[in-house]
Amino acid sequence: MSTSTIEGQSDGVTQCEHLLRAGNTNCAGCGMSLGLLWLGEALDGHMPLVVIPACCGIVTAGAFPTTSYSAPVAASTFASSPAVATGLSAVAEMNQEDNPVICWAGDGGTYDIGIATLSAAAERNENIIYICYDNEIYGNTGGQRSSATPEGVFTTTSPAGKSERKKDIMAIMAAHRIPYAATLSIAHRDDFLRKLRTARDKQGFRFLLIHSPCPTGWKSEPEESVELVRHAVDCGLFPLYEVHDGRRYRVTIRPDPPTPEAVDKYVSRQRRFRHGMLDTDKLIRQIEDQWRYLDVMAREFSADDAIR
Amino acid sequence: MARKLVTGNFAAGHALALAGEANRRARGCAGGAYPITPQTEIIEYLRRFEFSKGRIVPVESEHSAMAVCMGASLGGARTFTASSSNGLAYMAENVFAAGFYRLPIVMVAVNRTLGPPWNIWVDQGDSLALRDAAWLQLYTDSHQDLVDTILLAFRVAEDPRVMLPTMVAMDGFVTSHTQMVVDLPEQEQVDAFLSTGCDVPHRLNVNRPTTVGGLTWPKETEHHRREIQDAMENVPAVLEEAINEFEGVFGRRPDGAIAAEHTEDAETVLVACNTMARTLRGVVAERRTAGTKIGMIKSKLFRPFPRQAFRDALSGVKRVGVLDRNHSPGSGGIFWPEIATSLSDQSDTIVQDYLVGLGGGDVTPEALDEIVEDLLQRECSGDPVWKEVAA
Ligand SMILES: Cc1ncc(C[n+]2csc(CCOP(=O)(O)OP(=O)(O)O)c2C)c(N)n1
Ligand code: SF4
Repeated sequence: MSTSTIEGQSDGVTQCEHLLRAGNTNCAGCGMSLGLLWLGEALDGHMPLVVIPACCGIVTAGAFPTTSYSAPVAASTFASSPAVATGLSAVAEMNQEDNPVICWAGDGGTYDIGIATLSAAAERNENIIYICYDNEIYGNTGGQRSSATPEGVFTTTSPAGKSERKKDIMAIMAAHRIPYAATLSIAHRDDFLRKLRTARDKQGFRFLLIHSPCPTGWKSEPEESVELVRHAVDCGLFPLYEVHDGRRYRVTIRPDPPTPEAVDKYVSRQRRFRHGMLDTDKLIRQIEDQWRYLDVMAREFSADDAIR
Repeated sequence: MARKLVTGNFAAGHALALAGEANRRARGCAGGAYPITPQTEIIEYLRRFEFSKGRIVPVESEHSAMAVCMGASLGGARTFTASSSNGLAYMAENVFAAGFYRLPIVMVAVNRTLGPPWNIWVDQGDSLALRDAAWLQLYTDSHQDLVDTILLAFRVAEDPRVMLPTMVAMDGFVTSHTQMVVDLPEQEQVDAFLSTGCDVPHRLNVNRPTTVGGLTWPKETEHHRREIQDAMENVPAVLEEAINEFEGVFGRRPDGAIAAEHTEDAETVLVACNTMARTLRGVVAERRTAGTKIGMIKSKLFRPFPRQAFRDALSGVKRVGVLDRNHSPGSGGIFWPEIATSLSDQSDTIVQDYLVGLGGGDVTPEALDEIVEDLLQRECSGDPVWKEVAA
């Protein structure tokens, strides 16, 4: 693979390794900060073309004429990042350029307004790495519900606590039989980087879902962000796994069976879950159910076997 | 050059495809394809065409068709698509985005009534609803005009002095689905005419990373809008240049921003766009033969609006009748205020609006002659007149 990097670099550190530079406007403790840092690292100097729809991810660049991004970025309309990326990747391919084309989008742009565009690009198996940093809320507009917001969470548009479950976007993406789909947590750096590199080295449509803490929306302490999403993995709520070709599953981090204590460690430090309002038993049943499904898939349709 | 009997949609598909193919030595071409009556045959043509360096993406919506064009244009390719009516309305957000991004995308708009209630016939309200999207808009009155204008559109849109997307409109069915004999260009001619290739100066470039389309403060936004206005103001001259070169390559001269007939000594002038202008031509010719000092203007360039051309053509004219096959509820026709403001320093000129052929009603010569009769009687202008023509 030929490598396009910024001209004139001398110290062996490509600028895109610091994909998001200092001076960005991310809130303290924002999951995007580590996510973008590690994305740059995993690209190993391959300069990407990045498409970012309306979301905190574009605001963080700051205002023209400056930008915090060190890679070329196109700011797309809210629903359009996979279609804009389709155009970019089509032209890159016809000109034999192998810079990865990456969408970096929030859950609103992914689960909600952009889902038709996302589904279509996945169905066409466009040569794109689509990354959703899932903060489970519309952060940019001040904290409204999305279909990624978990049940019971208070947002400005679910003022009585959300009554619907979080949408299973991974199942939706796996149903498209795309080459690769994976969940990532900024509490598990090695797993995170390995999945990014796996995605990088494949062709076709790749979907990565990052559990991305948002202290502003989660009403949590910035310094606890990484610990919080670690608790989400530990209590089984955010499973770390990958799906190859839409049907070969692998669980990459296996937590202990869920307990009320483990769940409590995750929810009690976030004021978006209100004390006494969350049905912990129900949540644990949902977690167990999710893991039963994943276990069956990882056993019967293991990524360690070739497709039968 | 082959003279062939073809439909408007065939002619448009052919012109778009040859223009795309002409960019094969540069960064190629791309577009998004999504069907809607009456433009569907255009995107079908594009999907069939075997580009040596191009890709037409069969997307899931018009919104994405335009998004693919934007992405490909940000990749430096020549880009195009086509749509109509509710497709244009659904696409609208990205139509504005393409304009404000200043990407030289060419889109064929096959004019159709916006629904509901559903009506597939011609009405220019769909493309006119997008007039503020920082796109050039050109309205065509025949199959030949369509082919030639599409080729001109690429030249003008991609000119560094303009660098704005361009919409080329034709009447649904009346143009899109009827056949006329057309001089269909050959690839070599289009190659010669579009020989510079498409170069998008602000395309994403890995050696010069920028963030395109991020946040701006009011100051930069004012500049951005002002630069777009300046680019719009360059259009008439750039279009004239392109027409001159077109004539050199193809041996015929397409109409420019406006086409005025018999206006030199006219006291009364009617203005129309698209195929209504052709019907009007016959009506005006007959009235001329009968001794009426009457003329007409085919209005082709709607954005930028060629105010100066109208001023020049209409100076000293007593009555101007505007034929609007579109309707802005609560106001009237959309061409009408454009023309009236162009003539704001001519206080003696009456500018009267006629809403005619809405929803595809057949605009016959007789109906237009009745409008002429009404206009000739007028001593002052009034509210828009509803001229119902549908049987
Ligand atoms: C068509 C459209 N509708 C609404 C908006 C307003 N808007 C901008 S960002 C946003 C929410 C984004 O949420 P998400 O994708 O979760 O990203 P986050 O802000 O949390 O980073 C909304 C509703 C918009 N820009 N465009
Ligand atoms: S609101 Fe949330 S997602 Fe947005 S920048 Fe702040 S912490 Fe990050």
